[in-house]
Amino acid sequence: MLESYLPIFFMIAGGIAFGVVMLKLNEFFGPRRPTEEKFSTYESGMEPVRTARERFSVKFYMVAVLFILFDIEVVFLYPWAVSFRELGYQGFVTMFVFIVILLIGLYYVWRKGALEWD
Amino acid sequence: MYELLHDLLGDSLLVYVIGAALPLLFVLPFAVVAVLLEMKVSAHMQDRVAYMYTGWHGVLQPVADILKLLQKEDTVPAAADKFLFRLAPFLVFMGGYAGFAALPFSSAYIGSNIDLGVFYILAVSSLAVIGLMMSGWASNNKWSLFGAMRSVAQIISYEIPSALSILVAVMIVGSLNLQEVSKFQEGGIQNWIVFGGPMPLLQKLLLLPFTITAFFILFLAGIAEVNRTPFDLPEAESELVQGYNTEYSGMKFAIFYLAEFANMFLVSGIVVSLYLGGWTSPFGDVMSGPIWSFFWFVAKGMFFVFLQVWIRWTLPRLRVDQLMYTSWKVLTPFLFVCIFAVGLILVL
Repeated sequence: MLESYLPIFFMIAGGIAFGVVMLKLNEFFGPRRPTEEKFSTYESGMEPVRTARERFSVKFYMVAVLFILFDIEVVFLYPWAVSFRELGYQGFVTMFVFIVILLIGLYYVWRKGALEWD
Repeated sequence: MYELLHDLLGDSLLVYVIGAALPLLFVLPFAVVAVLLEMKVSAHMQDRVAYMYTGWHGVLQPVADILKLLQKEDTVPAAADKFLFRLAPFLVFMGGYAGFAALPFSSAYIGSNIDLGVFYILAVSSLAVIGLMMSGWASNNKWSLFGAMRSVAQIISYEIPSALSILVAVMIVGSLNLQEVSKFQEGGIQNWIVFGGPMPLLQKLLLLPFTITAFFILFLAGIAEVNRTPFDLPEAESELVQGYNTEYSGMKFAIFYLAEFANMFLVSGIVVSLYLGGWTSPFGDVMSGPIWSFFWFVAKGMFFVFLQVWIRWTLPRLRVDQLMYTSWKVLTPFLFVCIFAVGLILVL
């Protein structure tokens, strides 16, 4: 059973090896002529103003928090979906109650305006 | 495939190494073909001819591009976080490429026949999100950071519709293993889950509207997750230069590009295996078998890759608020209706 996971590790190792080989080849064939301007931050040809490490909009955090909430609840739905046929009627009703609670959450978030971008 | 390798090589680790190398041998030629396809299709849609000089009708252009990128200087900006900047392309590439392990390429070959299947794909492909964020943050460039933020917000918003639409197919089949899902749909085009699956006629007709909806939403969310037009805000070149990979050059840039094309096929592969019969032949027993099944899987996958290119040259880009609106207020409620209805039909 566990041996079916083996190819995954070899694939990941193979993918990393491929990337490393390509980058090494690039290092070998590519030129190396460093200048100060070349390594400065690209800002459409202007002198860079400050750094990018500044505050950004809180909207992104809202999306991230909502994602975590909903994604975890979706993850709970997966084992249920796999054994859906065996669970039958009772399983359906139980999960339906869970989904309704989830939908109440979605409705609340919607009404609160957390899904508005502007 | 693994049985054959076992017979040839005996019980050694080499069997798994070769088995695991096969998807890479598929992805690299695929990327070359896909670059050419995108170039040629987009050109002909605009009444142009694209490259004509490199080889016959320019077919060698992608190879020439790779050779050119190999000879470029590999720059790391002075202000960047050097370690994360170098690590990010690997994570982005692995997020797409590791997913290929659970795609059933043929009735005889799947990289790794795990029961978690499509769930594993969902899990590893979120690795790419971390990679994108890492590349944007480490570049210390405003364009990169905004591109990465937008990209992450978009991918995680569309992760929910795509996970829910996968759920609809999983409920019908009762397995997460994409090999099992494909086997379930054997016996011709009428047994594909998009057409209700191999159910009794009445149940099939009832399921039909919901499976078709879920199929469309899965494809739509898939396009959004690989950041392609009309969902390409992260790379909106008129606003953000190149988005999260603005500061990358040479082979690192090529790896991002490769990851995008690998993801295009991965998304198509998931859609095809879950809803369009995977490697099964549309004519029942005619033209089936391990080699034909590989042909069908790749043919269906390539059709969806073509569709993604087609959509790119047909639709304009969405605005951010439209993007969020579509994901949270249209697709997600629709899918809850689908899940409820499919559950009800299967139980009764």
